[in-house]
Amino acid sequence: MLPQTLSAIPLEELGPWLAMIGFGAYHGINPGMGWLFALSLGLQQNSERALRMALLPIAAGHASSVAIFALLVYAGAHVIPVRPLQILTAALLIAFGIFKLFNYYRHPRWVGMKVSLGDLFGWSFLMATAHGAGLMVAPAMVGMTHGHGGHEMPMQPGMNLFFAVILHTLVMLTVMGLVAWIFYRKFSLAVLRRNWINFDLIWAVALLVVGGIALFIAL
Amino acid sequence: MALWKPDPSFYPSPRMAMQGPPERHAYVVALNVGRNERPDVLNVVDLDPHSPTYSQTVNTLEMPYAGDEFHHFGWNACSSALCPYAPHPHLERRYLIVPGMRSSRIYIIDTKPDPVRPKIVKIIEPEEIFSKTGYSRPHTVHCGPDAIYISALGSGPDGSGPGGIFMLDHFNFNVIGPWELHRGDQSLAYDFWWHLADDIMMTSEWGKPAQFENGLVPEDLLANRYGHRVHFWDLRKRRLAQTLDFGAEHQMVLELRPAHEPNKTYGFVCVVISTADLSASIWTWYKENGSWAAKKTITIPAVPAEEKDLPPALKPFKAIPPLVTDIDLSLDDKFLYVSCWGTGELHQYDVSDPFAPKLAGKVAIGGIVARKGHPKWQGELAGGPQMVELSRDGRRIYFTSSLYSTWDDQFYPDRKLEGWMVKVNAKPAGGIEMDPDFFVHFGETRSHQIRLEGGDASTDTFCYPS
Repeated sequence: MLPQTLSAIPLEELGPWLAMIGFGAYHGINPGMGWLFALSLGLQQNSERALRMALLPIAAGHASSVAIFALLVYAGAHVIPVRPLQILTAALLIAFGIFKLFNYYRHPRWVGMKVSLGDLFGWSFLMATAHGAGLMVAPAMVGMTHGHGGHEMPMQPGMNLFFAVILHTLVMLTVMGLVAWIFYRKFSLAVLRRNWINFDLIWAVALLVVGGIALFIAL
Repeated sequence: MALWKPDPSFYPSPRMAMQGPPERHAYVVALNVGRNERPDVLNVVDLDPHSPTYSQTVNTLEMPYAGDEFHHFGWNACSSALCPYAPHPHLERRYLIVPGMRSSRIYIIDTKPDPVRPKIVKIIEPEEIFSKTGYSRPHTVHCGPDAIYISALGSGPDGSGPGGIFMLDHFNFNVIGPWELHRGDQSLAYDFWWHLADDIMMTSEWGKPAQFENGLVPEDLLANRYGHRVHFWDLRKRRLAQTLDFGAEHQMVLELRPAHEPNKTYGFVCVVISTADLSASIWTWYKENGSWAAKKTITIPAVPAEEKDLPPALKPFKAIPPLVTDIDLSLDDKFLYVSCWGTGELHQYDVSDPFAPKLAGKVAIGGIVARKGHPKWQGELAGGPQMVELSRDGRRIYFTSSLYSTWDDQFYPDRKLEGWMVKVNAKPAGGIEMDPDFFVHFGETRSHQIRLEGGDASTDTFCYPS
């Protein structure tokens, strides 16, 4: 189903799909989105299985948060013309980016290391939502609800969004799993001390950059 | 200013912290309460053996108000900032949170840009603590992954209500509010710490402010009215989960030292005095079948003494109680240091087996009767080993002399206890000896807790096993 959908897309409409993949990798590599939690649970229980088990609910929580934005985009596309929707999405993204720029260091309050799979789902949903993971990919999703240049409606915008969320999550899960596994098996935790760059700040800047590009395309 | 890399003094695991660079200076709070009208101070002591000012106070920061009574204090942030569920790796270990236990005032002191010249950047006035938390008499400070946690020994300006925990925002130091949602029958408070990986907080019991502010109340002690319990709290639900009662004769349960390794679920806590035989004890708590239990694993007996040598409160007993008032656990969870303030001894126990501690070393200084001096201080010394702090690598132990202003005067009525600080060297396999070259005398200003540059053995919590 997925390959057919992808092959049905004209080359110039691959942009939003590539963006979904790229954001998937980016969200996966961010320690605050899940791999670090999975890693620490694996280390704590001295079990690679615990690490693997943690990744699935984290990915599902992330997917649910992004799916809510996909639904909003889908609903929005039915009531708002394409260009205003693009501008609205970009404006929201920029506004949230400005907010995060001044609060990039804050996270939703969560206390607890002894987490069930349900807790991990909830934690991941909370982190993805509060940091605007779905908002970040919203312009790409808006791009999937209409044809190139906004002239023609594609056959199945709903299907497109559905697969976009799946694709994004699979890439995120793969990258997140790979990073956690490499840390678990190969790296010393000292890497955390020395090379943990300020992802929170980068994230806030990324929101602004994506918002800026989305606005540029819309205008 | 945003940090690009994590603060280099944050360590994922205890073993990595042990490999960190040695501390170059210590922050030592000292009090003038009960001695003169001067305010309490924060001293900076040079710990670098290669420095020309080694073993000297290189700076003294005086507070703007008198009468705070400094006791314990802590950092705004530490290794717990790396914990995975709420990582704040780009916070800085930079600010000292210094509560005035008698005034309920809290000073936020910045140790940058010049760590030797710290400056007060914020003062939280007592009224704000009262109105936003209900609590008073702030005491132990711990840097949590999500906030700064502070224990309080009472509530209300008169301190008559229950003691508990409140939180400060670790970005702007605003008072957030009380921590507990359900406290059960817990009322007395003192120290607290946690097993973060197990979502458990422990709190201990000293007494009500009325039971210590004007001195030890002998009738309350003999009637076993000081605290004798340890509470275990659900960190996620913020509610009391379990209480262990050590028996009413085990009076004053103070310092809690959980194992540093995050996948261990045991720790040590000290009891100051048993009213049955004046002994002091160390208890090991542990998890068993999903609930908590504790065993007395060290008993330190009282030492017989001549009545004439004893302060009035102890004359009837013809003995000196060891009065274990502080303990500290090395970052490898191998050695436990025990301050016997009454007898003037610091004990080192090998606790590799936490249920069978073995005495591995001992040094003596001060003491209610012995008054033993130091190679660099000939003559008598009043006070004894009290607040003990341990370097990250476990090789250097520092301790100070004062317990609490009014109690100092009760146990040393003839000669006003003075402030001093010494250093003890530990051998890797066990055994300790007094460092003959390190002795700091603070004059009549009484020294209390020590915090080491870059963290020590009673500050950081780690979320990743070694």
